[in-house]
Amino acid sequence: MPWVAGATALLILAGLYFGLFASPADYQQRDSVRIMYVHVPSAWNSMFIYLLMAVAAAIGLIWNIKVADIVAAVSAPIGASFTFITLVTGSLWGKPMWGTWWEWDARLTSELILLFLYLGYIALQSAFEDRRTAARASAVLAIVGAINVPIIYYSVQWWNTLHQPQSLGVGTSAIHPSMLLPLLLMALGFKLLYVVILLMRTRTEVLERERNAGWVQELAQELAATDKFPPDTIRSGNEYR
Amino acid sequence: MNIAEFFHMGGYALYVWGSYGVTLVVLALNVLLARQRQRQVLHTLVRSAQRNRGRT
Repeated sequence: MPWVAGATALLILAGLYFGLFASPADYQQRDSVRIMYVHVPSAWNSMFIYLLMAVAAAIGLIWNIKVADIVAAVSAPIGASFTFITLVTGSLWGKPMWGTWWEWDARLTSELILLFLYLGYIALQSAFEDRRTAARASAVLAIVGAINVPIIYYSVQWWNTLHQPQSLGVGTSAIHPSMLLPLLLMALGFKLLYVVILLMRTRTEVLERERNAGWVQELAQELAATDKFPPDTIRSGNEYR
Repeated sequence: MNIAEFFHMGGYALYVWGSYGVTLVVLALNVLLARQRQRQVLHTLVRSAQRNRGRT
C-alpha cells in the first residue's frame, strides 16, 4: 500500500513537472494545451473505472461474491469524481478554444450521461436498506449502462461534431514526445491513484461489513492493545455501528 | 521563463490553473474522505473491542 501510494505521488509530480514546466506550448493552442494533461487522463479513468465497476458488479451479481460488490460500490464515487473533473476541465478548455463552455456534442453529451449513470448507481446503492438488494439492483444499472462507454469512446468517429478525434491509438500517435511524456505519466499516476483509493475504501468496507467476524475481532483486539488508539481519541458516538 | 510568465500561462491562466485547481481539490477530497472513513471504522472497531475486553 505505501509503496503504491509513493509510486502514485512520484508519477503525478513528474507528470506535473513535465506538463507545466518542461513541455512546450502548442503552436495552435499555446499554453491552454496543458489542460490536456489532466483532462485526458481523467477521461480515460472515467471510462476505465466504469467498466471495472460494471464487471465487478456483474461478478457480484452472478457468483454472489461480496468483495466484488464492495469493489463496485466504492468505485462509483471515484469514477464520478474523474467524470466530473473531465467535464469541468473540458469546459475550461472549450471556452478559450471553441468559444463555448458547453455544446451538445456527441462526446460531451455521452460523458455527461456517464456522470448521471454514476450518480444513479450511487443513489440506487443507498436506496435499499438491505445490502444485497442494493448490490443487485445497482449491478443491473451498472451493466446496462456499460453500453455508454463504447459510445463515448467512438463518439468522435461516429458523429462529426465539435470534439476533436483522438490523437492517440495503439501504436500510433499524433502527439509530439515532449507532450506525450507528461500525458502518459499523468495517466499512469491517475490510474494508480484510483488503485490506492480503491484499496483503502475496499479494506475499510470489508472491516465494517465483517465487524462481527472472528478475524476482525482479533485485529481490533490487537489494535486496542497498541497505543495507536488511546481511549481519549475515540469518539463516543455510535453513529457508524 | 520567469515566475510571472509561468503563472500567466500565455493568457490562459484562468483556464489552466482552474483546471488543475479543480482536479487537485476533487482528488484530494477523495483521498481525505477515504482516510477519514477508514479512521472512523477502525475507531468504532477498537472501541467495541475495548468494551468487550472489559466485560469478559
